[in-house]
Parts: sequence; structure tokens; C-alpha cells
Amino acid sequence: MEIPYTVDERPDTGIYNAKLGIWLFLASEVMLFGGLFSAYVFLRLGAPVGAFHEWGQELNVPLATLNTLILISSSMTMVMSWVSLKMNDFKKFKLYMALTLLCALCFLVIKYLEYSAKIHHHIYPSTNTFYAIYFTLTGLHGLHIIGGMVVLFYLWVPGSNMWNTKPEQFTNRIEIVGLYWHFVDLVWIFLFPILYLL
Amino acid sequence: MSSGHDADIQSHIKIYMIVFASLAVLTIVTVAASYLNLTSGESIFLALVIASVKGSLVACFFMHLISEKAFITWILMLTAGFFFILMFIPMASFIDQAQIR
Repeated sequence: MEIPYTVDERPDTGIYNAKLGIWLFLASEVMLFGGLFSAYVFLRLGAPVGAFHEWGQELNVPLATLNTLILISSSMTMVMSWVSLKMNDFKKFKLYMALTLLCALCFLVIKYLEYSAKIHHHIYPSTNTFYAIYFTLTGLHGLHIIGGMVVLFYLWVPGSNMWNTKPEQFTNRIEIVGLYWHFVDLVWIFLFPILYLL
Repeated sequence: MSSGHDADIQSHIKIYMIVFASLAVLTIVTVAASYLNLTSGESIFLALVIASVKGSLVACFFMHLISEKAFITWILMLTAGFFFILMFIPMASFIDQAQIR
């Protein structure tokens, strides 16, 4: 059976079904991270004045800045992979997807180095409330990166065969995974200042 | 592919490049601002304003919200409403505790 509205827009919503699906999913993700941001505010207000800022001094700002720039770059390469398909340039699509995956891998390697340094200095989630929420937020964000990488890899290699049979549907799939990827970037844009700089 | 379609895509690429450069510059500005001699409240305000501008750029241009259908906008406005309620809960608790003291 053919799945309806994978390419055509539904008359009532004005968008194809997958796009509605991903936006609803992202709305639930806003609430997931929103709950944790709320917990951050709660813990910060409950901590002694200036304690969160002081505890956060152990974090590596240059590495986190580099990671922010890497993630922004990955958003750029992600959107370019979608544009490449719109221009019927499959080779460029492959290149930009590879670059997006490379950026994601670099992000995770840097995060690993950061975590290793913390553990080496005996800093754990149990150290204080700042590190409890730091590890929770960055850990959950990292899991989102890994999840995104799995989907990106699938669409980069085995799933890209769909380009030969259903190019429009494949282009939409790239748009959908792109929306998820940009959301993960957007979350980091807020995590970076509240955890590393404030 | 028509030349009109081509020109349209090229103009989109130009916008993506500008957004990317803006995001990179704003990241550096965020870090630089954290070294300014500001009060805690001022630092938080400035950092959140810059993050909000960066977030809006990503949402509007990379996620195409600027040209998205109204249906999506409504879903997101509803989500934003619940998000702000979530943000308000710890504040309300804090104010309540301050009154008890």
C-alpha cells in the first residue's frame, strides 16, 4: 500500500505528512529540554549566590566555543545537502552529508575529551547541582547527536538508493532530518552560554 | 531545471551563507561579552538575548520557519506557551519561598 502525502501536500494542513510529524516531534522535544532548562533555573536559584558561576569555572570555554562553531558548520552543511538535491546534484549531496557527519563526529570527540578531563579531575554529576544538570543536559544533547548521526548515516549510504526511484520523497526525507539536526544545533546554542559562560 | 529556479536557489544559498557567518560572529560575541565587567543579571540578559537572536536565525532560515505554513506556526506558538509556563514554575516557587521567609 502506498503511504499517502509523502510528497504532495495534504489539503487540510497544507504540508506533507512527514513534515507535520517532525514538527510535532520537535514540539515534544522542546518540552523535554524545556523541563530540563526549568530544572536548571530551579537549581541555579536554589544554589548559594554566585555558586553556579564559580562551579562552572572548571569547564573548558575554548573547547566549547570550538564545538559551537563545529555544530553551526554542520547545520550549514546539512542545509547545503538539501539544496544540492534541489539542484539535482547528488554528488554534492553526498559530500555535504559526509561533512555533516564529520562535524558531528568532531563534536562528539571534543565532548569526550571534555568529559574525560572532568572525570580525571574527579568531577561527577554527584559533585554538585551544577554538574548534575551539566551532565544531564549535555549528555541528553549528546544522545540526540548520536541518534541524528545514525539517521544521517542511513540516508547518506544505504537509504540514498531512494534517490534513483523516488527523488522527491528522498529530498523530503533530507529536509526532515535537516529540521531535526537544526533543532539539535538550536538547543546547543542555548546550552553553551547557560552552562559555560554564565 | 529552469534558470528562474536556479536563480532562486542561488539566492537561498547566499542567505544561508550570511546566516552561517552571522552565527559564527555572534558565537564569538557571546564569548567576548562574558569577559565584560557586567553584573550577573546583565550577563544573563545579554547572553540570552544573543542566544535568542542566534536561535531565531537558525529557526527562521535553516528551518525555513520564515516561509512555513501557518499550521506549523500555530503548533509552535502553542509549544512556546507551554515552554514559558515550564520556565515560570521554578520562578513561582522561588517567589513563594521568598514570601514564606
